[in-house]
Amino acid sequence: MADHAPAILLIAPLFAAILVSLAGIRIPARRRIPAAPSDEPSIGGEPFESPEFPRLKEDKVCFMLTLGALIVSEVAALTMLGQVIEGGAIRYFVGNWSSPLGIGIELRVDHINALALVMISTVALLAAFYSNHRVEEETPGKSSQYYTMFLLCAMGLMGMTVTGDAFNLYVLLEVAALSGYALVAMGDKRAAVAAFNYIIIGTIGASFYLLGVGYLYIKTGSLNMVGIQEIIAEQGLAESKTIQVAFILILLGVFIKMAFFPLYAWLPNAYTHAPSTSACLMAPLVTKVSIYIMVRMMLTVFGPAFAFDSIGWGDAVVVLAAIGIIASSVIALAQTELKKMLCFLVVAEVGYMVGGAWLANHHGMVGAIYHILSDGFMTLCMFLGASILVVKTRQTAIAGLVDLYRKMPLTMAAFTLGMLSMIGVPPTCGFFSKYFLIRGGIEAGQWLYVVALLFSSLVNAILFFRIIEKAFFGELPAAEADPGHGHEEQGHPEDEPGVIDEAPLSMVAPLAIAAAGLVFIGLNTREIVTVIEQTLNAYALTGGGG
Amino acid sequence: MDFFQDIVIDRFNYWIYVILMMIGLHAMIVKNNLIKKLIGMSIFQAAIILFFVSVGVKDGATIPIVSHHGHEAAHAEAGGAGGGGHQDEGGVQDHGDHEINPDRHANPLPHVLMLTAIVVGVATLGVGLAVAQKIYREYGTLEENELLEKLRSNDG
Repeated sequence: MADHAPAILLIAPLFAAILVSLAGIRIPARRRIPAAPSDEPSIGGEPFESPEFPRLKEDKVCFMLTLGALIVSEVAALTMLGQVIEGGAIRYFVGNWSSPLGIGIELRVDHINALALVMISTVALLAAFYSNHRVEEETPGKSSQYYTMFLLCAMGLMGMTVTGDAFNLYVLLEVAALSGYALVAMGDKRAAVAAFNYIIIGTIGASFYLLGVGYLYIKTGSLNMVGIQEIIAEQGLAESKTIQVAFILILLGVFIKMAFFPLYAWLPNAYTHAPSTSACLMAPLVTKVSIYIMVRMMLTVFGPAFAFDSIGWGDAVVVLAAIGIIASSVIALAQTELKKMLCFLVVAEVGYMVGGAWLANHHGMVGAIYHILSDGFMTLCMFLGASILVVKTRQTAIAGLVDLYRKMPLTMAAFTLGMLSMIGVPPTCGFFSKYFLIRGGIEAGQWLYVVALLFSSLVNAILFFRIIEKAFFGELPAAEADPGHGHEEQGHPEDEPGVIDEAPLSMVAPLAIAAAGLVFIGLNTREIVTVIEQTLNAYALTGGGG
Repeated sequence: MDFFQDIVIDRFNYWIYVILMMIGLHAMIVKNNLIKKLIGMSIFQAAIILFFVSVGVKDGATIPIVSHHGHEAAHAEAGGAGGGGHQDEGGVQDHGDHEINPDRHANPLPHVLMLTAIVVGVATLGVGLAVAQKIYREYGTLEENELLEKLRSNDG
């Protein structure tokens, strides 16, 4: 079994998605009857079946299937991490088609994506756990469809990370993206518009990637990532215009997908208006996986020597990343809505990682890869916390987050930990990733990037202490009807001061685990970096430990 | 004239795909109507599919089916690329009595890949139309400027 872990990782959510969608087949017939006759007399309803009970049960079946599948993936990911640490990279040929011609699809796990896979499966699992009651509430009657999309999206993201085949990556990218569009579109009234923009921009990104793969294939005749690199090295194609164009097209596509600074327009609205579970799954993972793909392209497919020397983009990208960090931090400062603010911080974090990877030295790359892991958990923690706060306080505005430490101590404790990690306070992983990135920036002499990182930390501190201040000392304004959140009902339950009003355990527990994960990663930085370096040292970046 | 022959005539498939792609991109970005944007998206994807398919073509080659050797169809693909004329590695191997000449067969791999890409394109179009329908139900319009106006008035 353990030998097939790379396949099981993907098969479990894929089959579960099929089962979950089958579980939903009975829904439409029953759903339409209670939904339509809301103004008819109730006698016209269905006499022999109670509509509530079976629907709830279906809901639970979908939830359990999703959870079970993601647990299987998680176990597979952990197994692979163990195998990789012990025995080096795993190569798995689907269907045992290990043809030298690059026909067979290869799944390839080395130290970097073994860690990323553990991160992805854990985040997906926690988001699924959080979804328990939220899905039925936010997308009533559609839970089987929702969980199908959820599982497909998780499968696509894991597949993008595990695959060793450039075209297969495109297919999985689209699987994740298409289910992602649906996940976003199921949100509130504005979500459909956000999803439409996301579809248009996302398709442009994916198509550029596909075009880049086409150019690579023309020149090398291979689609296998390692195979492409070998052919480029053997035939000295580094100077070939075709390969350079392929690299640029692929980068452009991936930049759009990851919402790198000038191309981020789709992200804030999509994640603000999506259902909270979708935001918790996609905000941490979609951008991070795209960055992983960029790193994979730079290191494995084209090779660092080509990526950094042949195009001569390194400095420009780092400067762009720095501008992106500063700009999106400033925009985040201007936001009054909690989730929207977090979305802009996600864009800023993308700048961290892209900049770090393009510093072209060892510490920058370590920082970027380490930050993929830590930012996955950080973003999850922030979005889980924000979703819980929005659900409980029925407010989307930051100004409404008052008196929360007393009411929701556990949520706020975990949320605060996440905020501290975003700022970069030592025991959390946010500090260590900033440490590596800044060290890389100084070694590369990219001072603008270093300044941008420090500036972003400062802005995060301002933003989050504003929230902490509100939540600690803020008082409810007398006229608390704030017109800024039109679609939220004003039916506020009476706020009795001093009463603990914590969110249900199914929502707080994943948040607490995510927050604990931040500290766990932070405390195990040395081990994680050692694992990353085992693969990274093979690429001989400047300033490496050897 | 050599330049013209080289860049335009010999590589006309690239020109066609670039022109189609630009038409699609233009429609996606500039058009006001959401359905027109989706049509642009389809043109954009079709351009890329055309590019891949044209890459697999070779002069004077036939369909890549080898009737008497079940496994050898696979070998024909490695001959690489039509446009680049890069056909050296891997393809020509000794198959015992029957030598398969990769130059005689079109490269099937890009075509196979495009089967998947076509499916992806159809799925994207489907999702896009479904979302457009949802937008129309909620806002009663498919024109982007009217949509933005309504969004702004909702916010204000």
